[in-house]
Amino acid sequence: MAMTTIAVSRRQALAGAGGLLMAVVLPRARSRAATVTRIVEDQTGPFAPNAFVRIAPDGSITLILPNVEMGQGIYTGEAMLIAEELDVGLDQIQIEAAPADEAYVTKALGTEATGGSTSTIATWKSLREAGAVARTLLIRAAADRWVVDPASCQSEAGVVRHVPTGRTLTYGELAVEAAALPVPSGPVALRDPSTFRLIGHAQHRLDGPAKVNGTATFGIDIQQPDMKIGTVAACPVMGGVLLHVDDRAARQVPGVRDVLTIGNAVCVVGDHYWAARKGLEALAITWDEGVNATVSTETVYRQLHEALQGPAIVANTKGDAKTAIKGAAARVEAVYQQPLLAHAPMEPINCTVHVTPERCDVWVGTQVPMRARDAAAEVTGLPKEKVFLHNQYIGGGFGRRLEHEYVTQAVQFARQVPYPLKVIWSREEDLTMDRYRPAYVDHLVGGLDAHGKLVGLSHRIVGPAVVARWAPEALLPNGVDDDLLVATVETPYAIPAMFLDYARRETPGVVTAWWRGVGGTRGVFVIESFIDELAASAKVDPVAFRRRMTEDRPRARAVLDLAAEKAEWGTTLPEGVGRGVALQYVFGSYLATVMEVEMSTMGTVRVRRAVVAVDCGRVVNPDQVVSQIEGGLIFGLSAALFNEVTLKNGRVQEKNFNTYRVLRMNESPAIEVHLIDSTEDPGGIGETGTAAAAAALANAMAAATGRRYRRLPLTGPQA
Amino acid sequence: MLTLQVNGTAHQVDVPDDMPLLWVLRDVLGLPGTKFGCGIGQCGACTVHVDGKAVRACSLPVSLVGRRPVTTIEGLAEDEVAAEVTKAWLEIDVVQCGYCQPGQIMAAIALLKGNLHPSDDEIDQAMSGNICRCGTYRRIRAAIRNVAGAV
Amino acid sequence: MRGLPHEAGGRALRRGRAFDLPGIGTIYAPNITPDSETGIGRYTDAQFDSAVRRGVGPGWRHLYPVMPYASYVKMTEEDVRAIRAYLMSLRPVHAPAPANQVRFPYNIRVAMIGWNLLYRPSGPLPDDPGRTAAWNRGRYLVEAAGHCGECHTPRTMLQALSMTKSYAGAMIDGWLAYNISSDVDSGIGAWSDTQLAAYLSTGHADGRGTAVGPMADVVSHSLRFLTPEDVAAMVTYLRSLPARRSDETIGVVSPETLAQLAPIHSNGERLFAGACTGCHLTDGHGRQVDFAALWGARSLGETDGRNLVRTMVEGGTLQTAHGAMVMPAFGPEYRNQDLADIANYAISHFGNREGHVTARDVAAARGGVSP
Repeated sequence: MAMTTIAVSRRQALAGAGGLLMAVVLPRARSRAATVTRIVEDQTGPFAPNAFVRIAPDGSITLILPNVEMGQGIYTGEAMLIAEELDVGLDQIQIEAAPADEAYVTKALGTEATGGSTSTIATWKSLREAGAVARTLLIRAAADRWVVDPASCQSEAGVVRHVPTGRTLTYGELAVEAAALPVPSGPVALRDPSTFRLIGHAQHRLDGPAKVNGTATFGIDIQQPDMKIGTVAACPVMGGVLLHVDDRAARQVPGVRDVLTIGNAVCVVGDHYWAARKGLEALAITWDEGVNATVSTETVYRQLHEALQGPAIVANTKGDAKTAIKGAAARVEAVYQQPLLAHAPMEPINCTVHVTPERCDVWVGTQVPMRARDAAAEVTGLPKEKVFLHNQYIGGGFGRRLEHEYVTQAVQFARQVPYPLKVIWSREEDLTMDRYRPAYVDHLVGGLDAHGKLVGLSHRIVGPAVVARWAPEALLPNGVDDDLLVATVETPYAIPAMFLDYARRETPGVVTAWWRGVGGTRGVFVIESFIDELAASAKVDPVAFRRRMTEDRPRARAVLDLAAEKAEWGTTLPEGVGRGVALQYVFGSYLATVMEVEMSTMGTVRVRRAVVAVDCGRVVNPDQVVSQIEGGLIFGLSAALFNEVTLKNGRVQEKNFNTYRVLRMNESPAIEVHLIDSTEDPGGIGETGTAAAAAALANAMAAATGRRYRRLPLTGPQA
Repeated sequence: MLTLQVNGTAHQVDVPDDMPLLWVLRDVLGLPGTKFGCGIGQCGACTVHVDGKAVRACSLPVSLVGRRPVTTIEGLAEDEVAAEVTKAWLEIDVVQCGYCQPGQIMAAIALLKGNLHPSDDEIDQAMSGNICRCGTYRRIRAAIRNVAGAV
Repeated sequence: MRGLPHEAGGRALRRGRAFDLPGIGTIYAPNITPDSETGIGRYTDAQFDSAVRRGVGPGWRHLYPVMPYASYVKMTEEDVRAIRAYLMSLRPVHAPAPANQVRFPYNIRVAMIGWNLLYRPSGPLPDDPGRTAAWNRGRYLVEAAGHCGECHTPRTMLQALSMTKSYAGAMIDGWLAYNISSDVDSGIGAWSDTQLAAYLSTGHADGRGTAVGPMADVVSHSLRFLTPEDVAAMVTYLRSLPARRSDETIGVVSPETLAQLAPIHSNGERLFAGACTGCHLTDGHGRQVDFAALWGARSLGETDGRNLVRTMVEGGTLQTAHGAMVMPAFGPEYRNQDLADIANYAISHFGNREGHVTARDVAAARGGVSP
């Protein structure tokens, strides 16, 4: 058996806050373990060679997973990575959400975070190592007990076997002795991929049973003794403050217990949500709305379009694009516009907090546990190690829970009361107090030579730099948000000369944030729309045009060809039906998407079919890759077809699903996903489908109607 | 004081007449499997059965439930159709974030109990009032078809 | 009664609701809280009575007949005093009503003297001894206190109620106030007493739909507080109104029949399945509450979908004994063509006739006034 070897640092994981880790056992494991388990760095205690594996003498095997589960199937994928090397079955383990701890920092994101389709990329090696280290120690412990050569022992499904004699010991029986062994400082053998039992083979989701029988606990489901429930009204204009609240009527509502205020919001607390809600409606609140009270959607777009002229920061140059375009046989030019978008996950924003003089407990679904913990510490004045963050299943993240301002707010209210307080935002509060995907305007100019070949591309991006707020240290020294380079500089194409500059314009009146697909979603729409426009100008079929530009990019070419073939590209379609293609390289994965759309004369758009070919490197759990692309496409199609957050007098106008429309079952296309076998390291997948949606759809609509669609949403008044 | 029949048990609850059933289930009876999504009947996350029919608990005042039996996702243990639906859901790995799924499952069971072999159109009619932001629609439809095939 | 004219969005009685009168202008209902400067705090009983029943405010300010004094004149002095006593018990709110914007010649208030001479009845209705006490009580409630005809009877050029078309239905604020005469096909002649009583007292009757728009306001803030005897009296009187045929009759498909019909495949049907069936169901039975039952609703029987579109655009709220029944607004998000498609689907599906709602009609409804 060929083995790859890699170095493992000593006990890199257990470090953390004095070795004290808190973890909430997820519902699947509820029947088998206490709800809160404490890990101490105790050599005689349970076997915990790193932050990801824990085996107790009773035989229970607990995997602590560094990324939070918000639908993407990461608990299952990461458990597979550890279990593969630990040599246990998925039916032998229980899983825990990682606590807030340095041990779980995602390097690419600079904090403990789940986002940017980074999870599998980041843990592909480290979690397998964690499993391998544990298995190595267990085998050594068995060999020591039997006084035999470890090489004569094998592991299998949670048991170590001495091959010559057939003797066996379970991992549980070995836990105490294994814990006493020093963690290897040298290389640990990892399995050869050809021997994988789990990785690459479809596994059912570990969170499936709890999610179909209703026992999965989301943040909003937390129950604590003596808990009360609050709901919030924050100043509807960003930056405004509370001047006065008349709560006399609210306090008369049966079940209302308290009316709490902070600088910019009011929280009514009741025995149940309904009392709180009725109480909130009975408040007479006076706000000082501040400077943003005049902001409108028109203001936002005007500022963006104005910045198409004037100075900008050079973000990327390759060759001399301007000269190439000047000398080109044909010149193509387009301006694209994309709106503010809300996340609108199904689970409205919520956070449960209990503050006592000694400690603060926070139960919440968060993509950034350390930031959430630190925020609670700051508000309460407690040291960080006195704040206990219990991360929960998230009912849809999409980037919303990379923010933690709602945790800060909940702690600000909860510190005013002695009881545990669950704060639940109404859907209206959730949509109007979201942190929004920015609006962008892009201007592109391309030059084609006499053979219809792209010789130069000039591109200006205008929009906010989300990274400047979210992780200021990650803003490039020249002031460019490198998220904007995703899909615009790193394309699947060979482009001889490129020039990209960036005019940063922050959006007034809202806070902008990450949203599913981040730079990829905005970039793929712009680039792939423009590639289609270039192809049209060159009078070349869109797929053929892209094939010509991917001659030296075999992985891109392969997905393009596969998608075109499976979608029957080139076959005749009925009147009013069009096909569009989009090719992308984002999050380390290649996708080609062919969308088929039917347009009625009344302007009704019906997406009939989507065919996706994917090369995301080595696949951990194939069916979950398919699932993420299906779901990502639907999420992207909702936005591309319908969604735009608008502002009037500084207030967000979209308040619920009647005014922020999302795709429904009967509007969803048939989706086929085809995976390409690959031995490359894994790429990200959770956001790729979303990034693909708008471009493929806009190109399909253009094919169906003969006119270009440069403004999103595609059925909105702007289009 | 109202008497509510939930999952086969009678509960006495002292709540306002206009309190939606959803909040009685979640905050008074401690049954959080039924989810809050929109509060205005647009998303279906709160779907439960009242007298066997799928209703939106967020928009049903508890005083209008009367003596009709209420069934939530927590009360499906003995139900044959529910067992088949659950099985199909797991077989196809429908769920992603899972938040809307109790509502989806309750809607699907109500559909199948009235019509064991629904056409795709009938599935769409019955299920399109339930939003899934993760976009599991294709798999939901496939799971419902599988139940229809299995029974 | 056009809802509670002196109320807007829960700020009861203090801020004027706007009445847009096509060709005439906008008239605001004034503050009627006991505030001494902006309300009725300084009115004497006589002044209050004069304003309510004669349309003449203090200082001989002639009120416009938006204030239905032509109906209120038929009220008894005792009832008017009782109303004043109730209003004076409320918390005073200082809130001046916006200035009316009325075009010439309607802006000459003294012109109202002439109008009054022509059209204002002279005083309370004497009981008709040939009729039952219930009928007489019903007439008082319908004609005077309830002033039903102010909306349901068309107006003449000079804003007086037409006597020849009494209760035959009329346009008001862009809504069609339906024919409530006893015509079987276009009025309420086919309604059972139970249905009428249920509709008046709760805003909903099985097989007749649910009150929306201004009628929802009327039920929410007024009719649902009537005693069962008064409701029965109104039913008795309404039954006696002469039949007046109006243009459109009502078409309805029963839920049983609906279940047998083959589905319609259209954009409207698709949108309805997504955005509407969550509450209404495809057979119109309503889902969680009877108030969401569409079966038999008049708004789905009118082929121009006037009230239907307005309701879809704006949504609506009906207050009931079980809390507020709310229909969300779909206007802000859905395109005109989408809403027209949904309306036409619903009219064909529930009304058994071809709707002819256009995107233009929806655009007009967004403006609050029908084309």
